[in-house]
Parts: sequence; C-alpha cells; structure tokens
Amino acid sequence: MSMGNFSKHMDDFNMSTSKSDQRPLSPHLSVYKWQLHAITSILTRITGNALIVGVILFIGWLLAAATSESHYQIVNGIISSWLGKLVLIGSLWALWYHSLAGIRHLIWDHAVWLDINKSRLLGWFVVFGSFALTFVTILFV
Amino acid sequence: MAFNIIKTGTPHHKAMKFSSMVLVLMIPVFLLTIAPLMGEQREFVLSKLEQPLYALIVAVTFTVGLLHFKSGVQVLIEDYVHGKMTKVWINLTIALSYTLIGLTLFALFKIMI
Repeated sequence: MSMGNFSKHMDDFNMSTSKSDQRPLSPHLSVYKWQLHAITSILTRITGNALIVGVILFIGWLLAAATSESHYQIVNGIISSWLGKLVLIGSLWALWYHSLAGIRHLIWDHAVWLDINKSRLLGWFVVFGSFALTFVTILFV
Repeated sequence: MAFNIIKTGTPHHKAMKFSSMVLVLMIPVFLLTIAPLMGEQREFVLSKLEQPLYALIVAVTFTVGLLHFKSGVQVLIEDYVHGKMTKVWINLTIALSYTLIGLTLFALFKIMI
C-alpha cells in the first residue's frame, strides 16, 4: 500500500458524511490495531521463509564437512562467530515457531478450535511454546 | 496468472499437509541428532554422518523441508508479486529448492563413500 493510495482512501473516509461510513475501509497498516491472531499469522509466513537462511548455512556447513578440513574450519568459524550463533539461535526459534504454527493449522484443518477464545489460546500456545522449546533446546541439546 | 493456478489448489494443500506432518516428526529428531553436531570437530561430525541412519535423517528432513519451502514460497509470491514476474519468481524458487536438495544429497553421498 503506497502512501498516495492511503491518503486517497483517507480523503474518501473524511469526505463521507453518513455515520455508517465512519470506519476504516480495510487494514491500513498505520491505523490498524494489531492483534494476536494477525501477528501470529504473519509470523508463520515470515519464519517459514526466513528459515532459508539457516538452511543455506547448514547446507554450507555440510558441504564443507564433506569437502576438506580447511573448508570445514572456515564454515565452522562462521557458525561459531556471534553473527553465526545469532542466525542459528534465530533459526532455532523460527523452526519451533513455524512447527507449532503448523500444528495449529493441522488442528484447524479439522474445523475445530476456530472460535475466538480457543484460537486465542492456540495463539499464545504458539508464542510461548516457541520460546520455551527454543530455551529447552539450547539448554539440553 | 490466475489461470495457471486453477485446479492446482487441492493438490497444493494436500502436499503442504503431508510435508508438514512429516516435518513435525522429523524436526525434533533432527534437533536431537544432527543439530548438536554443528560446531564439533570435523572427524566427529563425519563419524556420525557416515552412518546411514544419520544421513537418512538429514536427507529426509531437507528433501521434505525444501519441497515444503518451495510450495510455501509459491503462495507468498502469488500473494505479493503480480503480473509476468509471478512466474519468474516461482521458477527461481523452484530452481533454488531443487538445487539445495541436490547439494544436500551430494554432500551426504560424498561423506558416505
């Protein structure tokens, strides 16, 4: 959504006189009230696609291990650096988040737990579960 | 563009469901067996990945994972990229996914022989 479009819509919004028109037309991001369902939904897509970074890092590490000791030292140095660790820990959280959000979709596919309270519960399960499982994985694995 | 997608929705959904169920099982196995190898000495890493079971865990996780990625990114592109570029980006995603699957299997094969 470009700003030009946005101000055009806001003009339409301001010019309307009828009381029933006094509401936003669609989720304009600048005036949108973010809620758990929306945030957990878009994070599913973001984590799923961002995981490609961790995947490429792992495959690079695997190829280096298969190639030679000197190659392995280079990639091992990268994943042991603070940036490498940050990417790996971020990928670990993204992996757990996307897995739990995927389980949520598998549940929803059976047309159950779709009402507001239960789906909100599932949303918090995904958020807290992902951090808890990331913490447990770092500690014990 | 929409004409290319008609009648592919159900197979796409089924493929995502199947791959996600496989991945729900494989991710914990991968995190318990393979992920801790990152950062270890190369000899130790190779001694593990030489074993067929370890190689199989990596092969299944990354093959199914990257096919899941391919189909997921396809929907992302269909949502945000319009016009002629839709198909270009989808084809690039397909190429990237299969290349990464190939590189994973190549590395595992090289370690095993």
